[in-house]
Amino acid sequence: MFGRNTFKGGIHPKGNKSISQDLSIKDMPLAAEIVIPLSQHAGAPAEPLVKKGDKVLRGQKIGEAKGFISACIHSSTSGEVTDVKNYPHPLGRNVISVFIKPDGEDKWACLPSGEDLEKISKEDIISRIKEAGIVGLGGAAFPTHVKLSPPKGSKIDTLIINAVECEPYLTADYRLMLEETEKVILGTRIFLKALGIERAVIAVESNKPKAIQKLSSLIGKDKQIELMVMETKYPQGSEKQLIEALTKREVPIGKLPLDVGVVVQNVGTACASVDAVIGGRPLIDRVLTVTGSNVKQPSNLRVRLGTKFSDVISFCGGTFEDPKKVIMGGPMMGIAVPGIEVPVIKGTSGILLLKNSEVSFEEPGPCIRCGKCVDVCPMGLAPGRFVEYGETKDLDSALEDSIMNCMECGSCSFSCPARRPMVHWIKLVKSQIAKQKK
Amino acid sequence: MEQISKENKLLAMTISPHIYDRQTTRSIMRDVFIALVPAMLAAFYFFGMRALLVVLVSLVGCILSEIAFKKLTKQKGPLLDGSAGVTAVLFAFCVPSTLPLYMVFFGACVGIIVGKMVFGGLGYNIFNPALVGRAVVMASWTQSMTTWPAQNAMFLGIYDAVTRATPLAGLKIGQYTAGYMDLFLGNVGGSLGETSALALLLGGVYLILRKVIKPVIPLSFIGTVFVMSSLFGMDPLYSILAGGVFLGAFFMATDYVTSPIAFRGRLIFGIGCGLLTVLIRKFGGYPEGVCYAILFMNGIVPLIDKYTGPKVFGRATK
Repeated sequence: MFGRNTFKGGIHPKGNKSISQDLSIKDMPLAAEIVIPLSQHAGAPAEPLVKKGDKVLRGQKIGEAKGFISACIHSSTSGEVTDVKNYPHPLGRNVISVFIKPDGEDKWACLPSGEDLEKISKEDIISRIKEAGIVGLGGAAFPTHVKLSPPKGSKIDTLIINAVECEPYLTADYRLMLEETEKVILGTRIFLKALGIERAVIAVESNKPKAIQKLSSLIGKDKQIELMVMETKYPQGSEKQLIEALTKREVPIGKLPLDVGVVVQNVGTACASVDAVIGGRPLIDRVLTVTGSNVKQPSNLRVRLGTKFSDVISFCGGTFEDPKKVIMGGPMMGIAVPGIEVPVIKGTSGILLLKNSEVSFEEPGPCIRCGKCVDVCPMGLAPGRFVEYGETKDLDSALEDSIMNCMECGSCSFSCPARRPMVHWIKLVKSQIAKQKK
Repeated sequence: MEQISKENKLLAMTISPHIYDRQTTRSIMRDVFIALVPAMLAAFYFFGMRALLVVLVSLVGCILSEIAFKKLTKQKGPLLDGSAGVTAVLFAFCVPSTLPLYMVFFGACVGIIVGKMVFGGLGYNIFNPALVGRAVVMASWTQSMTTWPAQNAMFLGIYDAVTRATPLAGLKIGQYTAGYMDLFLGNVGGSLGETSALALLLGGVYLILRKVIKPVIPLSFIGTVFVMSSLFGMDPLYSILAGGVFLGAFFMATDYVTSPIAFRGRLIFGIGCGLLTVLIRKFGGYPEGVCYAILFMNGIVPLIDKYTGPKVFGRATK
């Protein structure tokens, strides 16, 4: 059933993982102020459950999921709510956020004691994951319970645990695989049970031999779980590319993985789901990588959600030079945040600080039609054309050339010798198309 | 623990990705230039100082006309991106070293202005600028463009004293006037940069190794000439080594701007170039067909691109 270990197209950027890959996960201490945005996931923002002056406990729900595609939000420490108001969000806009002044006691809200997976029903797993506010920790932050509740009639037969971590620099998933290997396997079993299926594939990139060794020895003779070593290439961890490589099923344009019988979950999400389902612990912190040439002490940290980037950077010894650009996530799909006072959210897989000379803006030149963007596009598009369509506002032609198929992996812009900002234009044209539809 | 500045300072919010590959338009032009060096040295060796002079005049013509055009039309952006230099050398490579220098200058200017700038500059031209220059000079001064120096005489500094036929002249009628080794090394008559297959091959391999070009166009071009020549009863090895096939296949047909952007398109383009080259050589009025073959194929690139795009992921193929 399983054939290839890679996809067509893609690029080979410098991995730069050695900066942080051998550093164990440390706990980031509690900061002086915690700011928790009520929108940290794909879908509708959560509704606030607390108001100014309320006392909250660690792990207490402070935001209720609103609608099917949404996620609950919890307090990451105990203390007092000092305000509920708009605050800058890593994605650039202002979002309703809960301000908490920690009391330093870190007192937990009551937690159900550990249970055996055998005794937890399928429905309980999903409701516990939902209550714990678990979302995809790979970056897109899609609510996990939604992915585990496929609509009636869809035939899911395969679970893929995405442990590829193809973004350069990031090593958070890698450290989890090494340090919490048991959780990765247990999390996989939890997902299998929730989906009621019997086949899982854990996909790891070939540049992580230690993790591969540890995972395969723990999987042992488990017949349900298989380990697949993927070629080291970006964007190997892209959902559709991974599915196609592992199952030879191509997710049709505009469809979802479940339409071809597959559910993909990130390896960090699997670990968080173990905490939620077995330990009753909601998602209040996450492991992230602080890395790059401009940070004094690169680290893999477990950080409470709502901790400001500035506190995390200070904890890592600060920067060598005043940063002009700070990236949330990796260098390929990461988001340049508006300022360092933004909080860590569920989707913060890393904080990347590059020397200013490495992120300097280069003036784009004319397209010389070298075709490199076409060669590298994993979705089989001709990305260069979308710049033209954007400039001439030709939305129809953009649609005809399947612009909606673009996942914005950035391989085209990365490879472009004329430094044409293709992803920039593609995002713009997509948003114009969305507006036009309304 | 060091405190970093606390004020909510606005940072640069550019769209991802935040890193780039090392290759830039300039580095590509530089690599093409480097790749042309072996053939240039061969030209100097076989055709002497006169070859150097032709290259220099062509460079002056191309660069001056590009700058002048940009100034006159008040274009923004950098005056030179390296592409004019590449065009200049390529144009010089496809004329005989004895061509009067004013014709060289004229052809270089025409190549840049008519071949490139009037279309909107780099990236927008339909035809290979160097070949446009060559075609115009060929039509204007056919006599001068088809008078070939004997190299050894040139090397000794005796200009215009002896002329000799190019290896291609006899191809139509089955007269093979040069040995394979002379053809391979370049010890034959011809345009100044086209004679040494070895030097061009070295440059071509360099471009492939540096990932500037992919082998698909050169291989399909040369391969088609080889196969079609033998079908038409011509010596296939002689056919690919003589004339401008290597120069055209590695340096002209691979010009990004004027060739298709996807693999299948490039394959069709390369085969088309090879096919037309052989047809012109066999049935046309000129002994050589590389120039017009590439120019013709340049013209239908938009058509090729339209039907040979990559397969879109997830698009139904039932």
